[in-house]
Amino acid sequence: MSTATSTAPAPRRDAPAAEASGIAVRHVLARIGRYVFLCAVLGFFALPLLWLATAPFDDTPTITASLPQFTLDNFRALLDNPYALSSLLNSVYLAAGTAALVVTFAALAAYALSRVRVPGRDALLYGLLLLSSIVTGTATMVPLFELAFRLNLIDSRLGVILILSGGLLPAAIFILKDFMDGTPTSYEESARVFGASPLQIVRHIVVPLVRPGLATVGVWAVANVWGNFLVPFLLLRGPEKAPAAVIMYTLYTEGGQADLRLLSTFSLLYSLPVALMFVFVSSRYGFRFHGGIKR
Amino acid sequence: MSAITMRALTKVYPNGVRALDALDLEITDGEFFALLGPSGCGKTTLLRTIAGLELASGGSVHIGDRAVTQLPPGKRDVAMVFQDYALFPHMTVRENIAYPLRIKKVDRRARGEKAAETADELGLSALLDRRPGQLSGGQQQRVALARAMACHPQVFLLDEPLSNLDARLRLEARTFLKRLQRELGVTTVFVTHDQAEALALADRIAVMEGGRIRQVGTPTEVFRRPANTFVAGFIGSTPMNLVDAEVRDGRLVVAGAPLPVPDDTPVTDGEKLVYGVRPEYLDYTAEAAPDALHGQVVVVENLGSFSLVSLDLTGDGDAATIQVVVPEGREPQPGDSGWVMPRPGRSLLYRDGELVSPAAAPAVPAARAAAAAEQ
Repeated sequence: MSTATSTAPAPRRDAPAAEASGIAVRHVLARIGRYVFLCAVLGFFALPLLWLATAPFDDTPTITASLPQFTLDNFRALLDNPYALSSLLNSVYLAAGTAALVVTFAALAAYALSRVRVPGRDALLYGLLLLSSIVTGTATMVPLFELAFRLNLIDSRLGVILILSGGLLPAAIFILKDFMDGTPTSYEESARVFGASPLQIVRHIVVPLVRPGLATVGVWAVANVWGNFLVPFLLLRGPEKAPAAVIMYTLYTEGGQADLRLLSTFSLLYSLPVALMFVFVSSRYGFRFHGGIKR
Repeated sequence: MSAITMRALTKVYPNGVRALDALDLEITDGEFFALLGPSGCGKTTLLRTIAGLELASGGSVHIGDRAVTQLPPGKRDVAMVFQDYALFPHMTVRENIAYPLRIKKVDRRARGEKAAETADELGLSALLDRRPGQLSGGQQQRVALARAMACHPQVFLLDEPLSNLDARLRLEARTFLKRLQRELGVTTVFVTHDQAEALALADRIAVMEGGRIRQVGTPTEVFRRPANTFVAGFIGSTPMNLVDAEVRDGRLVVAGAPLPVPDDTPVTDGEKLVYGVRPEYLDYTAEAAPDALHGQVVVVENLGSFSLVSLDLTGDGDAATIQVVVPEGREPQPGDSGWVMPRPGRSLLYRDGELVSPAAAPAVPAARAAAAAEQ
């Protein structure tokens, strides 16, 4: 603005200055308005998290966030619950097993689908994607239960892992196929000319190249299993195998009220591993591509 | 090190495209051989069929005395350098060069030493622990060459080896490649669409069009005596002038001007031919001259040490443009009227697109043998 006023002729100096200050005021007001709006939105989403941060340390937590009467008794009470900690371990079993299955099979399927010309391939993928939302959904719970019962997979972690994997695989294949499509085939052809077998090509070349994709799918699978309630709730009988999502459902007082002290504490422990996993994976595998193909 | 022999090699893609059409070709041991042609002519398909990345639909490929037509690429004992180099981005230069040995189950120490040794030959020693992303284009290419050399193949296959380098680096890499090939003495086949690259690098060139080979010969043969009008138009930084001509009374009438029939070519009176002469083999003069073409200068393009002058021939009716190379300092102005004289022994005649001029025996003795081999 200073250049504008200095170059303007002398008699008219005031007019552009007034105009400029008007623009500046409007600019500041717009900025204030924007930040107020952002704060409101942020507050709306942050309040439940604030509750999660304060309630576990509060002597008498309510369903509102408040300044806590600091105590660690809630954690001691949770440790007295026989299933609380072991359920977290169960969740880890289920999540790790499902993630391993999903990543392995999705990688192999996506590689094949990306590299081999199969007639009707896209229709197949979209069909699977559509059906997958049904597989782990409520609608097919009865036939799935029947199937698990016939296969002797009731009350078995393997059964839960298989059913969850089945539900997640199509979307995982879809995501990974996109990653595979994005890697040039000349890497693999080069390895082929040197005599590498298909499995060697996958191990030495393809897996390292799509590692960010594999990490994404792994994290996504873990987060899905971690939050899944219905499948383990129906297929696992006793509380000793139940994952955290199911155990949380049992945290009641004798009076049948939700036990907010245990519930809030358990919620905190329940959400921490997933949050930590996100941080770890994004720092370890982050989305980067090394290059090396001259474009 | 071995020769490559192809017999009736055919490749038809599932969509019906006939990329290679019953192609016969022999590449001798230790030769630096170019596959040259416009895009879509099948040259890359031919290279990939030799490598085994494409399976032939018919015919055979032999490397040395081994039939490799049905062998997978890893069993053919060839090494290929891809156009984009395809260096594995997650491996260091050392791991990249050692990769073929890793597949051959050479132990870690031996392959590390071999990689360092090969890298040393190509001046890459300082870069062994870098990743491909940290290298320049020229360095990437040398790493790709080192990786191909490390496994001591019988044949090198290079797909457009220079196309990913900038102009200055390309000249450097060209000299480097030619020296390397000479030192290694390994049969090398490379694909290019750049005729200058093929002429400069290759011992012999196969010019391809539409899945067929139109001419095989040394750079000199292909440049001096293109076997057909396609090759004539493709080879040379300034394409050959091809002008319609007619035989009248034992003289060749080109755009109204009667010229002597070159090199005692057997012609019959009244037949229509195509007269071909390179711009480099024409002399421009401002004065009227016998046995010369007359025209008006329309464009003068300055190409450094010489200029390329285009003239519209003022013949009887049939308009034709002819290009001539004029040395610096003697350029005419657009609009000038001038005469163009072909140098003796450098003009060619084409009947139905095929060369009919007999080989001038003393000038290029090898050409006749090549022409005979063609038939």
